[in-house]
Amino acid sequence: MTQIEREEMEFDVVVVGGGPAGLSAAIRLKQLMPDAGVCLIEKGSEIGAHIVSGAVIEPRTLDELLPNWRDLDAPLRTQVTEERMLFLTETRSFAVPYLDRVMPQMANHGNYVVSLGEVCRWLGEQAEALGVEIYPGFSGAELFIENDHVAGVITGDMGIERNGEHGPNFTPGMILRAKQTILTEGARGSLTGHAMKRFGLRKGVEPQTYGLGIKEVWEIPAEKHRPGLVQHSFGWPLDDNTYGGAWLYHFGENLVSFGFVTGLDYANTYLSPFEEMQRTKLHPAFREHFEGGKRLIYGARALSEGGFQSIPRLIFPGGVLAGDSAGFLNVPKIKGTHTAMKSGMIAAEAVAEALEKDKKEAASMTARVQQSWLWSELRDVRNIRPAFAKWGMKLGALYSGIDSMILRGRAPWTLHHPHADNETLRPASVCTKIDYPKPDGKITFDRVSSVFLSSTNHEENQPVHLKLRNETVWQTVNHDVFDSPESRYCPAGVYEQEQTGENAWQLRINAQNCVHCKTCDIKDPTQNIDWCTPEGGGGPNYPVGM
Amino acid sequence: MTALVLVEVENGAVRQASRSAVAAASRFGAVDAIVFGDGAQAAAALPGVTRVLSVPGLVNDLAEPAADLLAARAKDYSHIVAAASATGKNILPRLAGLLDVQPIPDVVEIKDVDTFVRPIYAGNALATVRSADSIKVLTVRGSNFDPVAAEGGSATVETIEAPASEKSVFVKVELSASDRPELESARVVISGGKGLKDAANFKLLEPIADKLNAAIGASRAAVDSGFAPNEMQVGQTGKIVAPELYIAVGLSGAIQHLAGMKDSRVIVAINTDPEAPIFKVADYGIVGDLFEVLPTLEKAL
Amino acid sequence: MTMKVLVPVKRVVDYNVKVRVAADGSGVETQGVKMSMNPFDEIAVEEAVRLREKGAAKEVVVVTVGAQAAQDVLRTAMAMGADRAILVRTDDTLEPRAVANVLKAIATREEAGLICMGKQAIDDDMNATGQILAAKLGWPQGTFASAVTVADGRIEVAREIDGGTEVVSLTLPAVVTADLRLNEPRYASLPNIMKARKKPLETVEIDSLGVDTASRLTVVSVAEPAERKEGVKVNSAAELVEKLKTEAKVI
Repeated sequence: MTQIEREEMEFDVVVVGGGPAGLSAAIRLKQLMPDAGVCLIEKGSEIGAHIVSGAVIEPRTLDELLPNWRDLDAPLRTQVTEERMLFLTETRSFAVPYLDRVMPQMANHGNYVVSLGEVCRWLGEQAEALGVEIYPGFSGAELFIENDHVAGVITGDMGIERNGEHGPNFTPGMILRAKQTILTEGARGSLTGHAMKRFGLRKGVEPQTYGLGIKEVWEIPAEKHRPGLVQHSFGWPLDDNTYGGAWLYHFGENLVSFGFVTGLDYANTYLSPFEEMQRTKLHPAFREHFEGGKRLIYGARALSEGGFQSIPRLIFPGGVLAGDSAGFLNVPKIKGTHTAMKSGMIAAEAVAEALEKDKKEAASMTARVQQSWLWSELRDVRNIRPAFAKWGMKLGALYSGIDSMILRGRAPWTLHHPHADNETLRPASVCTKIDYPKPDGKITFDRVSSVFLSSTNHEENQPVHLKLRNETVWQTVNHDVFDSPESRYCPAGVYEQEQTGENAWQLRINAQNCVHCKTCDIKDPTQNIDWCTPEGGGGPNYPVGM
Repeated sequence: MTALVLVEVENGAVRQASRSAVAAASRFGAVDAIVFGDGAQAAAALPGVTRVLSVPGLVNDLAEPAADLLAARAKDYSHIVAAASATGKNILPRLAGLLDVQPIPDVVEIKDVDTFVRPIYAGNALATVRSADSIKVLTVRGSNFDPVAAEGGSATVETIEAPASEKSVFVKVELSASDRPELESARVVISGGKGLKDAANFKLLEPIADKLNAAIGASRAAVDSGFAPNEMQVGQTGKIVAPELYIAVGLSGAIQHLAGMKDSRVIVAINTDPEAPIFKVADYGIVGDLFEVLPTLEKAL
Repeated sequence: MTMKVLVPVKRVVDYNVKVRVAADGSGVETQGVKMSMNPFDEIAVEEAVRLREKGAAKEVVVVTVGAQAAQDVLRTAMAMGADRAILVRTDDTLEPRAVANVLKAIATREEAGLICMGKQAIDDDMNATGQILAAKLGWPQGTFASAVTVADGRIEVAREIDGGTEVVSLTLPAVVTADLRLNEPRYASLPNIMKARKKPLETVEIDSLGVDTASRLTVVSVAEPAERKEGVKVNSAAELVEKLKTEAKVI
């Protein structure tokens, strides 16, 4: 292949990813070094376009980052007013008593229900006001490596046609040179993956584990709306061995955020996170909230669940990891925004120090993280998620109560994540099929009409960005052994198995539908599906509200 | 009140969309017609038309002289109406500019003499607007107004001299080589989906398309499967169509597809799966194997 | 060639966004949704830039009428190659007639030799501003263009008409409105977006132009289209054809 000529631009720092971590890092950097050239790229068509989160957020980090946020018209408008954690059976629900003592992480007093996409748009405005150059619609396609250290990123080429050839509008990606590169791509980031591999950042840490969050935003009749209501559930419809649960938040102008997280270490190949989410809405504890309402937005995103044990080395030559790229989510709290933002701030502080001292490595990042509240917060809850994996939901919940209430996170032991999520699936022959109800078109829906509400799109002539490394492996493993699990776990209907003849099957990949959740990259049993970054600007277009 | 309708005549016959425009205009009162080029007689035969202004000298529908001529006559009329065709959309807004009024394009419903319903956002919303202009200039969507008959009327014909056009000169016209109409302007569209199973089977749609003078479309799934080229795609990410008759063959009716054809006047669905969402929007459905239904349909036509 | 091309552009809800009607029926929700340059306007910008690259024009000036936020589409147009931009600032939503009045003032001030614009905006779907503007300027119009050629003080425009293409030859100055097949617009590349930040963008307060921007239409209500009702199942092709002939009267 001929060398592509690329234009270059030089910055002090390039941030990849415009979520809460990246934006906090960029803001903090400009606060510390107002003259530094800081550039942030975001693959979504605008800041917030790819953000999916509940979200109840703890304003702790925002108080540290922008103490005057209340005067800046920040979109934190709905304070939590009432909350409950429900254990569901098929027809009944039981509220966990003394929630603030049994699950103290869950106490949401002083927290806000927000649209995280809106918060990110607002953070973007704050960053731009400080002089950060933000370029949405541009993906980081490759790390730009010079003398074995990261010297910036190369943005994606545009205008490549389906067959891989350069079309008439071919526009080469650009080299964004940087003294320091901050990777804040969210869970399972592509460049983060490259950096981890190249610099061995996962050596000695446990595998990252993930959950898949699928979310809908509804508009409901005003008389039913209870702004600040926060309801979580566990138990039904998942079996005791599958981690996950639902959330339901009332916020904004008659809006309801509903979603469902399924631990991607689930074993039953017939499980469909999408349909678990749909049928949860039919439970009496949820159904009434949706009746008479209208679904507005749909989206999905994988999140890191490994916690403390899975945090990789954060520093590499020329840059750092922060946010969910590194896995700073607090699972028992069901919150990752304040931790992502904190890790972004710390990354900025470490990077600023490296710039001042003209060092290639922002070496103080690790110590800064370990000395902050971020570290103790995650350490204290480290055993809870693995306990659920080890003993199931009911005993896990019991353990979680003991760990939190009696041991207060100081247990002398640490539970492990024995498997990566792609290793946990069991063959179809030993799995029970799950009989999901048909969508009723009022409260429950099918995948296609759901994906429509993500407003996702990809330029249609580009190469398929979901690459099957080996078709034979798909046939012999995915199809023959697991009965095509990707057709069920993908929340966007990207994957369909298609019969092409007698005993001949192939995988159809409707890449245009992809909502960039990354589940296929995580869960495929042989890691045979490679999620590559598509042309910038592609993917969902979540509006404010998401 | 009297309305003036720009009537388009093609091969000696008034276009159906113009007959719909006459029907719509009769809601306002008496109707006069204006015809550019030959064809005044066809317009005079339309029921409900009182008078035909014939401009035989204006053969090529150039917007500049046409709008000048209409503007000179406008004061006699309360409404000036045309079909929402390429011709209507070229000439009428220019006329509105000359009259300094705000045109109202793509009217799908007439509420009263100055209140109209028109689609916005590619038909995803319908706006009801009230006009404060003394002369209303509007184009109407043919599929929303039952056309008047082609014959039965006997209007008087008045011939008008065509104004000269210096700034704009007609060079030539090239009609599509294909006998098949274009998707967006076809009166009938027949579309195939993944149910056709492969590209070769798309040929099964052709004899029916020939008989109905229909354009051929495809669902995104069929395009993605390589059964049909992308320019045939009907739907949110393809072409948005609103023909008089839409025949959906072997396509399930994914919401992206429905977004591109739900404004069709009559929808027919042929599908093996009685639960297919396409039946939810179809006026007429046949549950059955398309490979059996298509040949019998061809014979029945 | 000294011709200046004026390209009016509009900031609209991005075509990927599924719009929804506001609960109170006052309009379509535009708060918090992705906004972009109207796709037909991108084609117009591309064509104008190509004319300059071919030497048929000297300068490409983009103009928009709207709120402060509308300047982002001007930046995009400049990243695609436009030389400078004018924001005619107003917080009101203007109808095509009013926009044409504003554009006429700008075109006169700029002594534009050609106005190249999208055939319609994908929000109000009016397909009227270009034609009204041409009428008000007394210029000829080449609407729904699929090809243009500038030569000897004239512009030849291939126009998309029902069932084919018509070619007209216009004297300059003229108004051309772009249809989908005119070209495939280039990407606003990252280096060019960076450079566009430094190109001149002039803000003109709409009142300073002294033109009539009043509305002639009142929006009574905006509603979602009625959902289609499920029809009937028929048993045979013959029965279908019968119903299409006698009941639906469509064939």
